[in-house]
Amino acid sequence: MSRRQSYDGVVLVAPYSEPYQRYSIETAHWWIARALRGSLQSAGLKSGDLDGFSVASFTLFPDTAVGLTQHLGLCPRWLDHIPMGGASGVVALRRAARAVQAGDADIVACVAGDTNHIDSFRNMLSSFSRFAMDASYPYGYGGPNANFALLTDRYMQTYGATREDFGRICVAQRANALKNPGAVMKKPLSLDDYMAARPIADPIALFDCVMPCAGSEAFLVMTEDEAVKRNLPFARIAGAIERHNAFPDDPIQLRGGWVMDIDELYEQARTTPDTIDLLQTYDDYPVISMMQIEDLGFCAKGDAAAFVRAHDLTITGNFPHNTSGGQLSAGQAGAAGGFIGLVEAIRQVTGTAGPTQVADARRAMVSGFGMINYDRGVCSSAAIITSETA
Amino acid sequence: MTTPLTPPPRKDPQKRTVSPTQPPGMRSRASLGLSAAAAEGRFALQTCAECGKVQYPPRDACSGCLSTDMPWRDVSPSGTLLAETTIRTSVNLYFRERAPWRTGSVQLDAGPVILCHVHNDCDRNGRVQIWNRLDRSGQAVLLAVPEERTPVMEDDPQLRAMTSDPKHRRALITDARNPNAPALAAALKQAGASMIFVAEAESWRPYPGRKALEDIGGIELLQMDVTDTSSVQRMAGEYGGKTDILINNARFIRPGGALARGDVAFARDEMEVNYLGLLRLAQAFGPAMCGRAADGVNSAVAWVNILSAWSLSNNAEFGCFSASNAAAYSLSQNLRAEFRPSGLRVMNVFTGPTEDSWFQPVPPPKVTPQAIARSVIGGLRDGLEDVWCGDVAKDMRERFLQNPKILEREMTGGGQG
Repeated sequence: MSRRQSYDGVVLVAPYSEPYQRYSIETAHWWIARALRGSLQSAGLKSGDLDGFSVASFTLFPDTAVGLTQHLGLCPRWLDHIPMGGASGVVALRRAARAVQAGDADIVACVAGDTNHIDSFRNMLSSFSRFAMDASYPYGYGGPNANFALLTDRYMQTYGATREDFGRICVAQRANALKNPGAVMKKPLSLDDYMAARPIADPIALFDCVMPCAGSEAFLVMTEDEAVKRNLPFARIAGAIERHNAFPDDPIQLRGGWVMDIDELYEQARTTPDTIDLLQTYDDYPVISMMQIEDLGFCAKGDAAAFVRAHDLTITGNFPHNTSGGQLSAGQAGAAGGFIGLVEAIRQVTGTAGPTQVADARRAMVSGFGMINYDRGVCSSAAIITSETA
Repeated sequence: MTTPLTPPPRKDPQKRTVSPTQPPGMRSRASLGLSAAAAEGRFALQTCAECGKVQYPPRDACSGCLSTDMPWRDVSPSGTLLAETTIRTSVNLYFRERAPWRTGSVQLDAGPVILCHVHNDCDRNGRVQIWNRLDRSGQAVLLAVPEERTPVMEDDPQLRAMTSDPKHRRALITDARNPNAPALAAALKQAGASMIFVAEAESWRPYPGRKALEDIGGIELLQMDVTDTSSVQRMAGEYGGKTDILINNARFIRPGGALARGDVAFARDEMEVNYLGLLRLAQAFGPAMCGRAADGVNSAVAWVNILSAWSLSNNAEFGCFSASNAAAYSLSQNLRAEFRPSGLRVMNVFTGPTEDSWFQPVPPPKVTPQAIARSVIGGLRDGLEDVWCGDVAKDMRERFLQNPKILEREMTGGGQG
């Protein structure tokens, strides 16, 4: 029995996504402000009502959350900056929830946002991490595409997954994205389209890759009493985990940090995988979504391809997955890619997802992953959030 | 199997010469240890002095026990290819221009998992050897090659880019009169050089090696005097655009230290040839060679200096000659910096006393012209920066790295031994 405390009494409100753009001349500061304002307005709050602020961004340099306090006119008594890429959303949730629980803050805004200039991707790659600079980019400068191509190659060899199997995930997410007016990808995608796509770094091809774009996401964390007082729909936090640099002796990454703590997550949430109504995985590449389906307990290791073949991952299917289209179809707005699943999940369990609403969605699992420091994703996180009445 | 390179056609004068581009060259200080090893063709990794764990990527504290004592040690180059990809597009110009490019992940027998370039002859998931080589940014990269040599494996475009291979290239030897010139020319021809230019100064003055040079065949003798600026510039104007590898073997040597000589006359000649000669050549040939560093199969690729190992630490019996080589050595480091943006490699072949008349009274071991030639060709084929030719040079290197101050005493008789 772990010592983890529950998150009772703390809730998530005001999910907000600023519509993504392929390229933007604005700054990360601008995008973060847009999402912060959108979230606050939807909760009937002003920036002066905030006393906690958490930020995740790749393009804020030379600023951090510190610069933003003065830039945006905030005066928080709790401040955080989260450099964990795709794991940032759930990690921001964990930090903010404990602060609110402990009374260190009452209303915390968690925001992620990035701009995308014509040279943003190239600039981000060039200074991503020391190990990437020393030991990854000199080898073809393929960026994450090349790294994940290696993981995909090994995964396919080890477990017999085929490109068609990965394609099924991409095709289902595209179908979901077509119901999301904010998604960057607007055209339908068939399995034939997926299979015929331009190769990027074998075996990865065009539709295995996200489209980097500019965008931002935000949500607020407050006590349940505060949310009720303000008449805001809210989501409960049934459990949340994170783990970094798991299994460093695995020669190549076929499993992520979730494996180490997933039992505690279900224990904390007092539930099992079959009660989850929808799953938002971190989908920088379909192979990682498959890994999460396995490592989060929905099937045995190596069986995700069979699982995907046996389930319908669309919004109306029997295993709704990445209901807004995920990053593969909605776009990856930098660090906001670590929030997109969580923000959408809050909408789902509060019944406010609109065109992408999964019927009767009461319990959602959100998974985060990221930061290819060298040859594998170092950060991982996962949370189970529920409707008020679940 | 590697497709053999075909000799390049004549350059089309109407086409713009491709500008040199580079792989990313930024590295942390710890990673420069790998580049230092690659400069000599060694594969070394940090090995924790306390727990023995081999580290990769290079780092500042042991990932096993947090010790900060992790000296670089040669490690087994064997490994197994775990996964691979072929990169078809990149935001980096160098790789974009050269796609598709094969890379992979290798589990080293020594422990760590490395990302590396993969030679096209490697089998999927097969056993490989890792070579630590300098890429065109001048930094170390790891390359997986098959365990056994395969036919013309040096013609693989990825490998060729990490070498200064003389095959299909044109070389210029700057001093026909040096006793090592015929051996150098013969070795270059054997190594597949398409043209060998050899420069002679004062052609009216006969020298024994001239016949040997002419007998090799396929050699073009040209007039150039490295002490004469206009001579060097004139030759660079005509041959600079055709020089892919420049081998500077010009040498002026006399015995004696500062007090053994009565004046600066010989010292002036030593500086004029050994140091200023190098500077003149660099100023005249350097820009043209740098401009052609990405010019196809026979791109300009290397600048070779034959230096005395006493450039590291002065030998009292040849004190002034040692000083002139120290000047040339320092200048070669400057050239390395100036050539870096183009990717042109500067290779120094350090040698102890050679088997020629000026070292007649010096005891063995001494280095033959053939040994120098082998070192030059071997170094070019491996794309090295530093080659230690012969036992004396290797001995000096080891002592210098261990303690340069002790070496200074040994070289200047301070140990009285």
